[in-house]
Amino acid sequence: METDIKIDEFRHVQTAHCENGVTTALLRYHGLDFMTEPLAFGMGSGLFYIQIPFLTVNNGPAISFRTMPGAIFKRTCKSLGVDVTRKRFSNPEKAQAFLEQKIQEGVPVGCQVGVFHLTYFPKEYRFHFNAHNLIVYGQHDDQYLISDPVMEDVTSLSREDLSRVRFAQGPLAPKGHIYFPEKVGVISNDLIRKGIVKGIRRNVRDMLSIPGNFAGVNGIRHTSNHIRKWRDKLGLKKAGLYLGQIVRMQEEIGTGGGGFRFLYGAFLEEASAYLQNDKLIGVSEEFTRSGDLWRASAIKMAGVYKGRLTEQKDFEEIADMLLNIRSVEKEAFQKLSKMDLGK
Amino acid sequence: MKKEDLPQDAGALDKFTREVCYVKNQDGKYETALSKGWDVKKEALDSAWTDVNERIEDARQAVVRGEKSPVHYFMELRLMDLPVLSGYTGFFSFFIKRHLKPSVFKNLSEKKLGKYARAFDVTIDELKNFKG
Repeated sequence: METDIKIDEFRHVQTAHCENGVTTALLRYHGLDFMTEPLAFGMGSGLFYIQIPFLTVNNGPAISFRTMPGAIFKRTCKSLGVDVTRKRFSNPEKAQAFLEQKIQEGVPVGCQVGVFHLTYFPKEYRFHFNAHNLIVYGQHDDQYLISDPVMEDVTSLSREDLSRVRFAQGPLAPKGHIYFPEKVGVISNDLIRKGIVKGIRRNVRDMLSIPGNFAGVNGIRHTSNHIRKWRDKLGLKKAGLYLGQIVRMQEEIGTGGGGFRFLYGAFLEEASAYLQNDKLIGVSEEFTRSGDLWRASAIKMAGVYKGRLTEQKDFEEIADMLLNIRSVEKEAFQKLSKMDLGK
Repeated sequence: MKKEDLPQDAGALDKFTREVCYVKNQDGKYETALSKGWDVKKEALDSAWTDVNERIEDARQAVVRGEKSPVHYFMELRLMDLPVLSGYTGFFSFFIKRHLKPSVFKNLSEKKLGKYARAFDVTIDELKNFKG
């Protein structure tokens, strides 16, 4: 079949994180030119921390520095009153047919994919990680035109390769998950301000008052307590690998624990302009500090997995750094929670 | 992080893409900048791969010694663990654990071998005849 469709008005957007990027690019395509990555991230209450108990990923601890996959797109669109369509499939052919139909209609769509079979990624990055996101914005014969937000340029995937990554298996399997904004209404500045305030409030709630001790700011303490025991419990080699996993979860392509903290700082800077509230700049600085501290802890962790740091006191120091980060983030969110944001 | 402190250490991303990072400019405002990579991150990735390669080699030797079936080797080769392999084959982890034993593996039906072969991206013959 000869097909050649390219949705011309679609503009590729490169971002630090894939889901922010898909959200930003799709909303901009639908005319919301004010949308930026920090705004999407903040309205979607993207900042988080969790160490999921009893679960290992790639033979290391399951840690995430961001909220659950799909939440940022869903929340940001909802805040702005944008109707969305989201679909999952049990049958790959039906998933394929639906995608094809949308592309024929000229609608760019977001897809959740696994990276293990993602052919254009460098081999070094291809682990079984199933919460990557990309946009399909056209088709040329057997090739789909792909806008992957973590890349500088657009790329393409064959029909077969795309279907394969959309039906990657294992934890967080995408099951052909496809999503796109359906109807965008009139968006006033007031609605944006409300969305920002709602995003901040929800993020305060998630980080400060989530039950259990392994998520939110307390989750950072939970990991810190684990790290103190790792050297004796796991041995130096495995402890090093575990720390490496924490660094990779922070700083892996398109994500970034430090990265996410800076992103939240950038969001609060934008929020302060929208809400005409200078106090938010002060809190933004605190997230910048937290981001810097996360990076400093990563450098220290690297000392262990490079075999330079081997003593228990090094593990204690890393654990103490994390406790310090916890108190910085806790204080920043407490300030946000007490702030009068108007809505 | 200040813009001038953004690391530019070339690594596995080289020739693929640069990454967007949020940094502070001279006026103390946030802006985006592109980074080629960061050695701290690169070394974390390298050490993960060293571990993966050791696991693959251990798995190969276990097959040579007759302690494990080829399923074990290919599972490590494809960076899988039980939940992931279970997803690709449709077998419960409990059964996969049994199939890791050479004595159980040699009696597997062609149909079951086919599911493993598809999951591992190899032919049934390559899977069946893998001796290490």
